[in-house]
Amino acid sequence: MTSAALRSRAWKLLEMITTPLLPSDYLDLVSPLRAGADLRGRIEAVHPETGDAATLVIRPGRGWRGHTAGQYVRIGVDVDGRRLWRAYSLTSPTNRQDGRVTITVKAIPDGKVSNHLVRRVKPGTLVQLDQPTGDFVLPKAKPAKVLYLTAGSGITPVMGMLRDVEFDDVVMVHCAPRPQDVIFRDDLHDLVADKKLRLTEVHTDTDGVLDIARLGELVPDWAERETWACGPAGLLDAAEEFWSEHGVEERLHTERFRPGIVVAGDGGEVTFSATGKTVDADGATPLLDVGEEAGVLMPSGCRMGICFGCVTPLKAGAVRDLRTGEITEAEPGVLIQTCVSAAAGPCDIQR
Amino acid sequence: MTAIDPTAHLTAEQIEELGRELDAIRDEVIASRGEKDAAYIRKVISAQRKLELVSRGVLLFSFFPPAWLIGTAGLSVAKIMDNMEIGHNILHGQWDWMRDPKIHSTTWEWDHVSPSDQWRHSHNELHHTYTNVIGKDNDLGYGIMRVDEDQKWHPFHLGQPLWNFINACFFEYGIAAYDLELGKNLHKRRRKNPEFRARAKAVGRKIRKQVLKDYVIHPLLSGPSFLTTLAATFTANLVRNIWSHSVIMCGHFPEGVQVFERRSIKGETRGQWYLRQMMGSANISGSRAMHFMTGNLSHQIEHHLFPDLPSNRYAEVAVKVRALFEKYELEYVTGPLPKQVFSAWHKVFRLSLPNKKPKVKTPDREQELVAA
Ligand code: FES
Repeated sequence: MTSAALRSRAWKLLEMITTPLLPSDYLDLVSPLRAGADLRGRIEAVHPETGDAATLVIRPGRGWRGHTAGQYVRIGVDVDGRRLWRAYSLTSPTNRQDGRVTITVKAIPDGKVSNHLVRRVKPGTLVQLDQPTGDFVLPKAKPAKVLYLTAGSGITPVMGMLRDVEFDDVVMVHCAPRPQDVIFRDDLHDLVADKKLRLTEVHTDTDGVLDIARLGELVPDWAERETWACGPAGLLDAAEEFWSEHGVEERLHTERFRPGIVVAGDGGEVTFSATGKTVDADGATPLLDVGEEAGVLMPSGCRMGICFGCVTPLKAGAVRDLRTGEITEAEPGVLIQTCVSAAAGPCDIQR
Repeated sequence: MTAIDPTAHLTAEQIEELGRELDAIRDEVIASRGEKDAAYIRKVISAQRKLELVSRGVLLFSFFPPAWLIGTAGLSVAKIMDNMEIGHNILHGQWDWMRDPKIHSTTWEWDHVSPSDQWRHSHNELHHTYTNVIGKDNDLGYGIMRVDEDQKWHPFHLGQPLWNFINACFFEYGIAAYDLELGKNLHKRRRKNPEFRARAKAVGRKIRKQVLKDYVIHPLLSGPSFLTTLAATFTANLVRNIWSHSVIMCGHFPEGVQVFERRSIKGETRGQWYLRQMMGSANISGSRAMHFMTGNLSHQIEHHLFPDLPSNRYAEVAVKVRALFEKYELEYVTGPLPKQVFSAWHKVFRLSLPNKKPKVKTPDREQELVAA
């Protein structure tokens, strides 16, 4: 018998010993970061960057496959007892010796997860991780000239790039309200002092918002540069337009954070994605009724919110709990009770 | 359905007001659910796992009598924790709000021969929706007992104290059979129903795994302690079964608990539904340890009002609920475990014999008086 077959036999036997739990349920108690466990990480340190941003040093579990500079990772954090998932850019170089990675988080107003991570999370906390992904990355072949165009926390993926690969000719234009709001300011200035970077800071509180049409004044040879841009939608939209106006759109690479913010409304278009049906629903009719009405096979039970026999994944949009008025927004893994939830805007139910 | 309706003094408006007050209690807990609650269930789960591991470890040496005793006691407690405070409550969706897929009603599997999804259907859906409605809530006597004067007596019922005792000893199997609705599905034609067959198969698989684990693999692992470990796991299952059976009997069987007629729930309002839960359940009083070991089903009344609130919050909810019982002059049926167990068994014995039929209901009595 091969050793793999032997191991799988042994594992089967272990499963018989621990049924109905799995051996991993017990192993997780002692070694949550071991190889073969669900991917998790332990926050080992939190370093403040600015008044509202901090860098988290995370030791990922053994299953971590490593990242490419510029990629992001989705992390699941328990905030007030509830697991919430967000994506953050990795800001550490890919060859960090100690195997740790960092993400840098900027607290956004009312941001549940970002405020928790910047201000409250304690070293030692376990978080859930996905493997890193994203195609906002550098090419294999080194471009001769590079421009990084960033604003606010849009600097985070770019910082990952800056720390990872050195180019001969790198220019960065970075926008932030005030000097003290510039994340990684000291690191950037060190790079400038070492002549590894030419940096233009635009302080929007005093200089006003960057007018992309005048980019040429800051970086005369911008059109010859391979450009990576990350920041708010307004900046990226303007950049895309500007680059294509000049016929160099293939030189521009952009990364957008937080696409499509859900606006909770009252009723909306409900899509039952497994069945492929779409109907209009008001804000008072339970989605269970809406689905049944539309001929979708909906699981149900008590029809009053007590049996949990109707839970269904919410793929997109938002729903309102008819009993408490609470809004639930779609996130991977979010399940709703269709018998006591109504559409709060357009939503997608997996039935 | 009993002679005098204990809620007769309430007006329809009062019942709706009661419903609103209960909703407010619920909303308050929901709004304050948080980190502490999540930490609580995680701690209980990890404690249960450690206790089970250690107990099974000790049982490897069960030929040595003190080890047998300690291991068996530990395993019994671990099994009770698994079924009561952890399994029952997670399967109610009490912890779904945490969004942790590992502690979720849709993924949890418990140390029990009934697969959790089948139990969820018969318990959460049928029992909790139709609490104590004769003919709809099969938990009332599990289809093998007569638990109300108005149920028809049959000579079969003479044996019900014995059925009940056997059911207590093998409670998990009783539940599995019950979740399968075995009684009604054993008819020839129903037996062939593919949906029933699939469910029966799932139960078979679960039983096989459970039995293999408890009665073959762990005893084998103990080598020379094979027989003593076998006896230990058997005892632990027996203890867990009798314990959970007793606790559950106390929930709806003690004297003072009301049962309802099928037609009484037609068009029931939210307030009336709440009222039925209040009148159809009974509590067990006792220490915190007692509440914990019953999986907080000692707060059966609160649990039936709010089956999806985290169990660790029932104690605080109970204070407010009890105040409402007083305000609306309703009887809050509660008592220490021995008293409630005795009361429930007493009923089982009493109703094994036929009673004078019909027990007169209030409106009929009035008619009789008028006629006289
Ligand atoms: S059908 Fe019972 S909770 Fe929705």
